[in-house]
Amino acid sequence: MAVYSTNEFKAGLKVMMDNDPCAIVENEFVKPGKGQAFNRVKIRNLKTGRVIERTFKSGETLDGADVIDVAMQYLYNDGEFRHFMVIDTFEQYQADEKIVGDAAQWLKDQDLCTVTLWNDAPLAVTPTNFVELEIIETDPGVRGDTSGGGGKPAKLTTGAVVRVPLFVQQGEVIKVDTRTGEYISRVKE
Amino acid sequence: MLTDWQPACDLKLLKLRAHLLQQIRRFFAERCVLEVETPLLCHAAGTDPNLAFFSSRYESPPNQHRLFLQTSPEFAMKRLLAAGSGSIFQICKAFRNNEAGRYHNPEFTLLEWYRVDFDLLQLMDEAEALVRLLFADKNLGKTERFTYQEVFLSHTGLDPFAFHFNQYRAYAEANGLPEATALCGHDLSRWLDFLFSHRVQPSLGGNGLVMVYGYPACQAALARLRSNAPHTAERVELFMHGIELGNGYHELIDPVEQERRFDQDLAIRRQHGQAEIKKDPRFLAALASGLPACSGLAVGLDRILMLLSNSPSINDVLAFPIDRA
Repeated sequence: MAVYSTNEFKAGLKVMMDNDPCAIVENEFVKPGKGQAFNRVKIRNLKTGRVIERTFKSGETLDGADVIDVAMQYLYNDGEFRHFMVIDTFEQYQADEKIVGDAAQWLKDQDLCTVTLWNDAPLAVTPTNFVELEIIETDPGVRGDTSGGGGKPAKLTTGAVVRVPLFVQQGEVIKVDTRTGEYISRVKE
Repeated sequence: MLTDWQPACDLKLLKLRAHLLQQIRRFFAERCVLEVETPLLCHAAGTDPNLAFFSSRYESPPNQHRLFLQTSPEFAMKRLLAAGSGSIFQICKAFRNNEAGRYHNPEFTLLEWYRVDFDLLQLMDEAEALVRLLFADKNLGKTERFTYQEVFLSHTGLDPFAFHFNQYRAYAEANGLPEATALCGHDLSRWLDFLFSHRVQPSLGGNGLVMVYGYPACQAALARLRSNAPHTAERVELFMHGIELGNGYHELIDPVEQERRFDQDLAIRRQHGQAEIKKDPRFLAALASGLPACSGLAVGLDRILMLLSNSPSINDVLAFPIDRA
């Protein structure tokens, strides 16, 4: 695996730190005119998602992390693992709930998503930014309300609960932004 | 098609730079400080272990010489002073290898000036007058002057003149900087660099010039030590908006002490496995022949331009930063 020096720490670079795969977020070169040079680095732990700051002596190195994002199709949930497939190669991967995390609530069978692989094992799952899912449970709309002032909760096929306008009915398919968990629109069949 | 032939900075920055240079030249002309030029390409380089140099090969058959791009014009200007030039200033390029970032370009523009018979306080007064002139349109607040000890103490609670490893380590750990211990070890100077640049400097000079003076002797560089308090160096640094703008000394003129510091630098270089380098014999000879008592200051003009134009990066004020050079 490649080794990277502090001056190669560009945003997005995947490296190993404290035995975890991490991504560089920001790197600032700090050097007094007469004095030691440092690099103040913001780095995201890809296992926990947490961003921390760490200072390195300029010229220090970190090992690269074998981390890649791969587009895959979500296949099914066997109760313990969720299964994903690379469409081109039919290669399959499985990931437990801890790895899938919050993405689980947006995953519908056959949908595409991004699986982040570390040393060829799933590290994280990211749904597409927008998903279209059917409402399986919501209160009937209040008659006369067409705009939706406060909204109401609606449960989707995947188990996610989002707030929808009052006029949206059970059985309808809606578009949701997975990054914010917000309702975008109804989807006409 | 290539697009990076174009300047990185806005064209109005070219005008701002030209105006800045004119103002500086007028400022020193009015004060009868002589403008000089010294070589960028030199036979010797500085010994400072924290400054990496560029070197080049000079072909003069049948000989070859290794020449260095200056990291600052200090040695050459002091040779002029020793030869009797009187007070002098220079606007020139300086080169520092491995230095690139928001506030650094490996090739940058320095203003450096020396005032014969000035002590550090007189130099600080003149620096303030110059900064006020350059920032006349910026409504600068009051200039603040702190000793290194008071500014360090007030930001960290640690005394830079009384190093207790455990105390420094505990402070770093309590302030989200646990890596400091491994980076700095028992090296006080490195601890001071680390904590000053992380915890002190960012809050210096919100809307005005801050001058920090009276550095610990381990950070003296080429400043003389205060005769009645030899643990203190007669060195000053200028800051604004958390950015280091300049560095000045009541200059060391004692050739023996100067050579001792060079030897100290060389020992550190060897310890860190850095490239061997020779002490500049012509500079030492000039000191031996007699450097007049003087104070000198160097100011990074690209950073001044960053502040004048509210630019977040040095690349925004350079026509062709290193990647386009």
